[in-house]
Amino acid sequence: MASLLRSLFLLLIVQSFLVAIAFGSNEVEEFSEALLLKPLPDRKVLAHFHFENRAPPSNSHGRHHHLFPKAISQLVQKFRVKEMELSFTQGRWNHEHWGGFDPLSSMNAKPVGVELWAVFDVPLSQVDTSWKNLTHALSGLFCASINFLESSTSYAAPTWGFGPNSDKLRYGSLPREAVCTENLTPWLKLLPCRDKDGISALMNRPSVYRGFYHSQRLHLSTVESGQEGLGSGIVLEQTLTVVLQPETTSVESNMQPSWSLNSLFGRKVVGRCVLAKSSNVYLQLEGLLGHELKNMDTKIEAHNLWKNADFELSLKPDRVLRESSSFLFVFDIDKSSDSEPFDLGLTWKLPSKWSCQQAPLHASRFLMGSGNERGAIAILLKATESQEKLSGRDLTNGQCTIKANIFQIFPWYIKVYYHTLQIFVDQQQKTDSEVLKKINVSPSTDKVSSGMMEMMLELPCEVKSVAISIEYDKGFLHIDEYPPDANQGFDIPSALISFPNHHASLDFQEELNKSPLLSSFKEKSLVRSYTEVLLVPLTTPDFSMPYNVITITCTIFALYFGSLLNVLRRRIGEEERFLKSQGKKTGGLKQLLSRITAKIRGRPIEEQSSSESPAAQSSVLSSKLIFKIILVAGAAAAWQYFSTDK
Amino acid sequence: MVSVAEGYWLKQSLQSPYAGSMYHGSPLLLSILGPLTTRRIEGKSSHHLCSLVFVIADVLSALLLRATGQKLQKAYRLNLSRLGLLTSLHDRVILPCGDIAALVYLWNPFTILSCVGLSTSPIENLAVIVSVYGAVTRRVPLAAFGLVMATHLSLYSATLAIPLIFLLGYGLDAPPVKKVLQTRHVGVETTGSTSDVSKQNKLTQTTQLFSWRTVLHFVFWVLVWSSYVLVLCSLSLKQYGGLEEMFKRTYGFILRIEDLSPNIGVFWYFFAEVFDFSRNYLLIVFNLYILLTGIPPLAFRLKHRPCFLAFAYLAFSSILKSYPSVGDAALYLSLWALFVNELTDMEHSCFIFCGYIGFSLLSPVMHNIWIWRGTGNANFYFGNAMGYACFQFMFVEKSVNAMLNHDQALKKATAEMTKN
Repeated sequence: MASLLRSLFLLLIVQSFLVAIAFGSNEVEEFSEALLLKPLPDRKVLAHFHFENRAPPSNSHGRHHHLFPKAISQLVQKFRVKEMELSFTQGRWNHEHWGGFDPLSSMNAKPVGVELWAVFDVPLSQVDTSWKNLTHALSGLFCASINFLESSTSYAAPTWGFGPNSDKLRYGSLPREAVCTENLTPWLKLLPCRDKDGISALMNRPSVYRGFYHSQRLHLSTVESGQEGLGSGIVLEQTLTVVLQPETTSVESNMQPSWSLNSLFGRKVVGRCVLAKSSNVYLQLEGLLGHELKNMDTKIEAHNLWKNADFELSLKPDRVLRESSSFLFVFDIDKSSDSEPFDLGLTWKLPSKWSCQQAPLHASRFLMGSGNERGAIAILLKATESQEKLSGRDLTNGQCTIKANIFQIFPWYIKVYYHTLQIFVDQQQKTDSEVLKKINVSPSTDKVSSGMMEMMLELPCEVKSVAISIEYDKGFLHIDEYPPDANQGFDIPSALISFPNHHASLDFQEELNKSPLLSSFKEKSLVRSYTEVLLVPLTTPDFSMPYNVITITCTIFALYFGSLLNVLRRRIGEEERFLKSQGKKTGGLKQLLSRITAKIRGRPIEEQSSSESPAAQSSVLSSKLIFKIILVAGAAAAWQYFSTDK
Repeated sequence: MVSVAEGYWLKQSLQSPYAGSMYHGSPLLLSILGPLTTRRIEGKSSHHLCSLVFVIADVLSALLLRATGQKLQKAYRLNLSRLGLLTSLHDRVILPCGDIAALVYLWNPFTILSCVGLSTSPIENLAVIVSVYGAVTRRVPLAAFGLVMATHLSLYSATLAIPLIFLLGYGLDAPPVKKVLQTRHVGVETTGSTSDVSKQNKLTQTTQLFSWRTVLHFVFWVLVWSSYVLVLCSLSLKQYGGLEEMFKRTYGFILRIEDLSPNIGVFWYFFAEVFDFSRNYLLIVFNLYILLTGIPPLAFRLKHRPCFLAFAYLAFSSILKSYPSVGDAALYLSLWALFVNELTDMEHSCFIFCGYIGFSLLSPVMHNIWIWRGTGNANFYFGNAMGYACFQFMFVEKSVNAMLNHDQALKKATAEMTKN
């Protein structure tokens, strides 16, 4: 017994020693989870899951991690990724109703399908190979066809039009990628608690995918440690943004629907993920509502209810934070247990209306023209009624201007004529120099690379609408390059409109415990909005025809060659016949003519009688024929030999 | 033309004009036509200026064609009189083929179409006609310049070198010398008149000789002009990859048939449909087909009629070009009109004419149905292109046939005359 105890003790000592080594650099891997709930003005609810995993910069861990997913750290080490973002999105972010100016929308409103960008920390010549390898690795990791971004026709190297300025940045997107649970499961596997415990337990697949918008994002950045010899730390940020429609039972149409976590997701949170450092649920209420809330004393009743004149919460918030226009209720889910699960509910008592903050310009994009030969792409920027316009104003030379960057990738089969770029400001055409501050174009090369256009517009603040149009020709593809559903058309990836002078941030003045979600809100993020994906129908050839086309074309060439040669050599025969008939009449002429024909034919003069000549000719012909056959057979054998040799 | 504007825009924005896959023409054309695409006069859109340039080019080509035709007509008359056929054929009117050719060129719907459509083919046609005119009037530098420019603008005009050399070496189109001489010889033997002998000697002296000096002169000028053009090109493309890039993007583009957009030719659909593994093989086969089967047989047979040989080559290459346009058809049709005297008794001319009209009317319809309305199928348009190619083939073949028959008839006539 004593020996057992002693050995146990020893084990404990060893263990504690190991732990001490592991935590030697006094920084530990941290994981935190958070869920932000936000009622939207159009009777929907936004749920934003936020998981952050930090691996501190250290080399003492080696390849070992406690919480941090090994796959990601290997990825970062192998391809030397400095920063990377991968998003899977389905549905379109409604900028008008769901907001376009808060950090939530500027970071999480993503284009449909898959979007991937990465900055590498390798020499410039190796960036493309790193990118290709990365796409393949991610493709395997997330069960998605990200590997299609490998081909040079599908990615681009933005210089300044996309957010981070780096020449080692690569950007690619796959608009047609279908996003489903097969992408979510590997994404959840990166979390320490998976979806078994904590907030992620809410992710009930049917309810997540039933939503109007669903975007699953993975952002990782490496943090360089100042110290020599230490590896770089990695911050992995995983977010899932879902917009859901709560089921309403109320008859009143102007009443906002009431909901609870259970009714939204069909699940309840039972306790936190024990590995998480913090695990909070936030409820954000925006706009007018908050204004009323300000001068209202809240009543706390006995049954853990929290209510005021407008609405009632089923749980008592731990803290209430306020920003200029919105309120944040913070709930800690530590207190929940199996017997008393965390089930936040919001019940509206009075009809209420509010609006979201919007980006200074609302972007949309559409196609113009008909037919399958040419067309035009138009990007329309419309001014929104946004107060933030003032805050982001750039007062240069006494003029108020809004800067807007437009970044657009064109696939090579959209052959854009950049000289046809036209800019209309308030329905008046402007020359390039007036509004176009900077433009960078890299034209596409057929079947080699995609085209990219970056523009910086400088617009007056009082602008109402800006339209940018550019013409293009539709390319014709080889029969193999069409996808299986060729007649559906081809997608042009979303254009990205960003406003370099406008930054969205929400500062809730929360200093007590630094929540990663709130601190990410606090960071100034570039206001961005993605436009729609465009569907361009391309002309298709007849896919069943290759053999017919090949045979018909070759037949016509053969016919032509045959008939032309026939024409070119027919005269000889005619002449012969003609001369023969002449020769019967005049004896002197005959000899001469035979000499002529002989000379034409390039053979020795045939003095024999005409009866013999056909036989001689035929023998000559047959020997020639045999020679030809041998030649062709030899060529065929050689061809066969060389082709099999390969 | 749109692609010229794009190339110019790219060049203006300090990028290589060949950076995208839009422009595949010559850099010289870009520096000449480029500024025109951006300049506007009094609010009119920029393409007015360009079309003006094309109209001038077309009128110039028509004038040169007329001059060429007059030369050829003189030569025809001379030949007939040399053969002593003029008296017998006096009733037969010699048509003013120069005027006819010029009119055919100017009023050809194909010419008008290519001008309206702002294709650069009028300039290519002008270069070709300049070279033919230069050779006909024996202005060697001019001929060489035309040839070099035409080759620079579109690769297939390089085939014209052979007819031009014949033209400079042997002189203008004439009935086959050997045959005529032989029949003459027979005539001399039978009649034995001294005047004929002297005439015949003169004839041998003038026509039999292949004037190597002129040809060498021509070759020298070709070298001079081509080095000049290359130097100019390399100067204008110095920052953008130089000549290698230019050859890759112009001639490589033509030979590799990279662009599969529909045109009136045959290859775009063929190479859109063909299997990838056999693509290279077929590219080699078709380029060799043009090189081997098109050029030598005609050169052997028609070397006594270099102008007609030029027509045959142009027609042939306009059918088998990678990216043919209607402007090419306009060119060879007008060159054909130079030989109206010789080709009066062409077979099936009505049928071919109707075919041309039919297909030139049908192809826009089919194109519209397929591309714009989306109700048709690619095969409609391709079938049309195949039919058009067939008729062009037939046209070339029948013209060659008629020309050979004409020579035959001339010979027969001389033979009969001398007999009498």
